Amino acid sequence: MVKKKIFSSLILAFVLLLTYVPILILIIYSFTDSAFVGQWKGFSLALYLRLFSDREIMLIVKDTILLALAAASISTILGTVGAIGIYYSKKRTAKAMSAISNIPMINAEIITAVSLVLLFTMFFGGKSMFSLLSGHVVITIPFVVVSVIPKLKQMDDNLYEAALDLGATPLKALLTVVLPEIIPGIVSGFMLSVTLSLDDYIVTAFTKPNTFSTISTYVYESMNRPATSKLPELRALSAIIFFAILGVALLSAFRKNKQQGDSF
Amino acid sequence: MKLRFSRSQLCIPYALFLALFVVLPLVIVFYFALTDKSGNFSLANFSRFFFDPALISTMIVSMAIGAAATIICLLLGYPVAYILARSGWHRKNVLLLLLVMPMWINFVLRINALKEFMQLIGILGKYNFLNTVLGMVYDFLPFMILPLYTTLIKIDKSLLEASADLGATPSTTFLSVTLPLSTPGILSGITMVFMPTMTVYVISDALGLGHVVILGKQIEHYFGSGDNWNMGSTIALVLLLVIFASTFLSNRFKDEESEEKGRALW
Repeated sequence: MVKKKIFSSLILAFVLLLTYVPILILIIYSFTDSAFVGQWKGFSLALYLRLFSDREIMLIVKDTILLALAAASISTILGTVGAIGIYYSKKRTAKAMSAISNIPMINAEIITAVSLVLLFTMFFGGKSMFSLLSGHVVITIPFVVVSVIPKLKQMDDNLYEAALDLGATPLKALLTVVLPEIIPGIVSGFMLSVTLSLDDYIVTAFTKPNTFSTISTYVYESMNRPATSKLPELRALSAIIFFAILGVALLSAFRKNKQQGDSF
Repeated sequence: MKLRFSRSQLCIPYALFLALFVVLPLVIVFYFALTDKSGNFSLANFSRFFFDPALISTMIVSMAIGAAATIICLLLGYPVAYILARSGWHRKNVLLLLLVMPMWINFVLRINALKEFMQLIGILGKYNFLNTVLGMVYDFLPFMILPLYTTLIKIDKSLLEASADLGATPSTTFLSVTLPLSTPGILSGITMVFMPTMTVYVISDALGLGHVVILGKQIEHYFGSGDNWNMGSTIALVLLLVIFASTFLSNRFKDEESEEKGRALW
């Protein structure tokens, strides 16, 4: 038994090491002005200064975030309304729609990507910001639906009926009674959409117009053309993203901890 | 007369969206896969898929990478999920956070970090196949750990106690109680790792330095410089059918799986 525990702990340590060592090394070498990882030229913030004064990369970061927010907003609204619709539909309709709704989640991303390329080439005059935005909505919207439906299931359905009986219009009942109940699902659907959109490479690469780049497509191109790219600056960008995420994670862990503490 | 609109009508906009952006595009993939460049019905691309040596070797490489990555993920992921499931509340949350947090970093930046690391320790370019497998494990391990964890945590502890009371050794209990009860998690983990590893060409491009070609790369090739959308669609269609078949087979695990994918990130 003890042996098994030691063995498992060793594997856990190995997994954590495998996960963090590459990122930590990149972060360490973001604090020196060298051409490649492994070459230490003394502590320096030069890469960060160069990153922030690099118009191209800054524009790409801004565009990536804007795209994620736009796609997540559309997905959240359409997906939430859709989830409510699915939940209150007849069983067969609901089942069929959930199945179709799950397709982009189960499907390989590249299949979604090429299918959208075909659609936009045949009917919408090729790739544009519209095809890119649609692509991001397609890959994120199922996650909004699966985040919202469990909250609808938890809700007491009599609340809505009561609101109607008391004279509320269906729209008002939805907004003032149903919406507050499912808001946690909506919020996590939105956050999930933002994360997935920021993270996406394949659908972005296929559906984006040539003149537009996101962090993913930019880094991919940099990786495959190391000679002409700004890989050192990208070390600084990776470090910033890591610290931002660490901050968010610690904050949420702290809040979760507090909530748990309160409930005792 | 003012009508009470029914809530089920709210699914109409989403239904239209799905029809236009999910169903119709897949129908077009079918159409392209089953026609030639001039639009005539043809099965030539299918026969090419199964007889063209380049595509056959791609298929073998993809499956080998997928299988290797999946097995390593399972071997590493099971003990980790086991520890997670047996940990107390605090330790569990810290570990989960540590395991999931890297997934919030942009996927391509993460792969770039791994590539720089491989360059640093001098294995980049030497073992293209192995490095690709390592990259797949690096990226997909959480998708193995989380479904395993959720099934392991559901196992009734009294079953394990009963097994011990009846005289089973810990390893017998593990093999005859824990392991069979965690089969749904194992299956779900396998599908969540194996399927994407055949198509995520970003990893094989970056860590195999372009020498490792997987199915996803072939599709990208035919939609890009290869300029044969019909052939690209055929490969996509074959993959699609494989994915749908395996989803259909493990249908009872499907709902769990889709929730899992969401939970994997949050």
